[in-house]
Amino acid sequence: MIDFIPNVLFVILLVTAVTIFTKNILKIKNNIYLGKSIHRNDDKPERWKNMARIALGQSKMVKRPVAGLLHVVVYVGFLVINIELLEIIVDGVFGTHRIFAPHLGGLYNALIAVFEVFAFLVLVSVIIFWIRRNVIRLNRFWKNEMKGWPKLDADLILYFEIVLMSLFLTMNGADLYIQTNFPTAEHYLQAGSFPVSQYLTPVFKGMALDSVILIERAAWWMHIVGIFIFLNYLYYSKHLHILLAFPNTFFANLKAKGGFANNPTVTAEVKLMMDPESDPYAAPDVSADEPDKFGASDVMDLNRVQLLNAYTCTECGRCTSECPANQTGKLLSPRKIMMDTRDRLTEVGDNISKNKGVFVPDGKQLLNDYITAEELWACTSCNACVETCPIDIDPLSIIMTMRQYLVMEESAAPTDLNNMMGNIENNGAPWPFNQQDRLNWVQDL
Amino acid sequence: MIKVPTLAELTAQGKTPEILFWVGCAGSFDERAKKITKAFVKLLHNTGVSYAVLGAEESCTGDPAKRAGNEFLFQMQAVTNIEVLNGYGVKRIVTACPHCFNTLKNEYPDLGGTYEVIHHTQLLKELLDGGKLTIETGSYKGKKITFHDPCYLGRANNVYEAPRDLIQKLDAELVEMKNCKAKGLCCGAGGAQMFKEPEKGNKDVNIERTEQALEVKPDIIAAGCPFCNTMLTDGIKNKEKEGEIPVMDIAELIANAKDL
Repeated sequence: MIDFIPNVLFVILLVTAVTIFTKNILKIKNNIYLGKSIHRNDDKPERWKNMARIALGQSKMVKRPVAGLLHVVVYVGFLVINIELLEIIVDGVFGTHRIFAPHLGGLYNALIAVFEVFAFLVLVSVIIFWIRRNVIRLNRFWKNEMKGWPKLDADLILYFEIVLMSLFLTMNGADLYIQTNFPTAEHYLQAGSFPVSQYLTPVFKGMALDSVILIERAAWWMHIVGIFIFLNYLYYSKHLHILLAFPNTFFANLKAKGGFANNPTVTAEVKLMMDPESDPYAAPDVSADEPDKFGASDVMDLNRVQLLNAYTCTECGRCTSECPANQTGKLLSPRKIMMDTRDRLTEVGDNISKNKGVFVPDGKQLLNDYITAEELWACTSCNACVETCPIDIDPLSIIMTMRQYLVMEESAAPTDLNNMMGNIENNGAPWPFNQQDRLNWVQDL
Repeated sequence: MIKVPTLAELTAQGKTPEILFWVGCAGSFDERAKKITKAFVKLLHNTGVSYAVLGAEESCTGDPAKRAGNEFLFQMQAVTNIEVLNGYGVKRIVTACPHCFNTLKNEYPDLGGTYEVIHHTQLLKELLDGGKLTIETGSYKGKKITFHDPCYLGRANNVYEAPRDLIQKLDAELVEMKNCKAKGLCCGAGGAQMFKEPEKGNKDVNIERTEQALEVKPDIIAAGCPFCNTMLTDGIKNKEKEGEIPVMDIAELIANAKDL
């Protein structure tokens, strides 16, 4: 009976980890669904291709070759080592050890060797990432919005990965030592090829079998429990991008970046105004719902893709480093736009869960409490942030939607812009010239 | 004296031009941009393209209103313009302003206005490839020219090569700034910034961009947008180089080379 304790413990941990994770993912999904629906299901083949190229293929990531290459190593390492996770889980549930080995033969040895090489490369890459952040202190990692939790989060992810990879290699090294020096040890079969962890075996020299087994088991358990913790850490972290990058690239805007979305609420109003049949003095239809707000002052006014974008952002800061406003010292940082949107969305989501499914106004909103008008007005709409985002996040669309609220709901445009718009309204040009004079330039041809 | 035909005149004569030249507000009213308009019209005449302008029937596309957040004003402008364009049965439009280009091309279809829209550098490239436009190489031979990518032509619409091909045909040496093409730095005018004071910061965007241009020591800075032209011209003035390094539109470079 006592033999089954580890199996039962493992199953409990596994089920708990997966349950909490699923619950949190559903929370994210519900929060995203607080946004307005948007039609992004057209042209599915092109969407799959976009996802394959950008998320799976990392094509935009490598545009910055150093960070790109290191990221590809960590990413491929993550995918490859997850194959081994399958065996670890089966072993954990059934109390077996390296259950796939007898079935795979030589292939098993090759696989373990590949996992080891990747574990080592991931370890090296992650250490370089840490150095870039903390020793070289690349500018984009030290901007204002990165203070506090975002900085700690970024470092924690790196520490997690360093610990997990080290545990993985320790577990293999101890296993190899047992296989070589105690070939008759119960439970441990002769399997695997260990190109990296073989160099760890001298550490175990002189140790009794029990001690090495203890180290192997401890590393094995800490590794898998570490993975369960990391899985559930995702919800609180920018590291969510490892999952959300896929739907995010799938639902990305595939059209020319210069074409900003048409606002259908406004189109309805314009149509009504232009309709010669409509009665301008008609009493408002009292049965009608409250008309849609123009633009966005809070996260519920944004669309679901904009909210998905916010959860997907991994705060790499490429957008901010390419932003002409940010480069010239303005307050705007596209990364902060995404982080603010996400933080406010989480706050609204928590408010709703606390209040049994209804949002209780908290006297706050995305505009002003998170994103200020000064940030919004600094944008040149140049699309540099959108172009550079490795996973197709679109900070510009949020900026533009919020400007719509400022101008159409609050009439809070800068005076110069009000003059410009007045000119367009009256003369059909942003400057005070008469429309009848538009052809005057031909006079001295 | 060149006679610029309006679409109203041609339609009255029962003629349909192949392409509508959308002049834009800057091209119609801004002193600097009017020179670009004239240079382009000279090239249209020189190549015998059948074209017309709208004249007083043209109105702002609504681009700066939309970027400023006034979707309402934008759509009013768009719907009015679309009524005019569709009334004449316009199929193809060329413009020297990337903002008009982008709006007409990408934002009018949702409101019922679908046209083939091209930037003037694309039309010039097409005329060159079709043998209708010849580019005289003498005056710019060996000159170092750097091209500033307008955001609404480049990143917004992925047009990077047409203007560069034309510069190279001038037999000039095309030198690229450290930020070019998809990584091109904005001039600072987009998103309705042209019509307002910049937010506070430590530098103006056009100065930053001008410095990038000056780094490659060009003889000429080439642009493809009337607003970029203004911003870079201001930048050059700020650096006290206005006598030395002209900021020129590609249409002007070609027209000058042809002595038009």
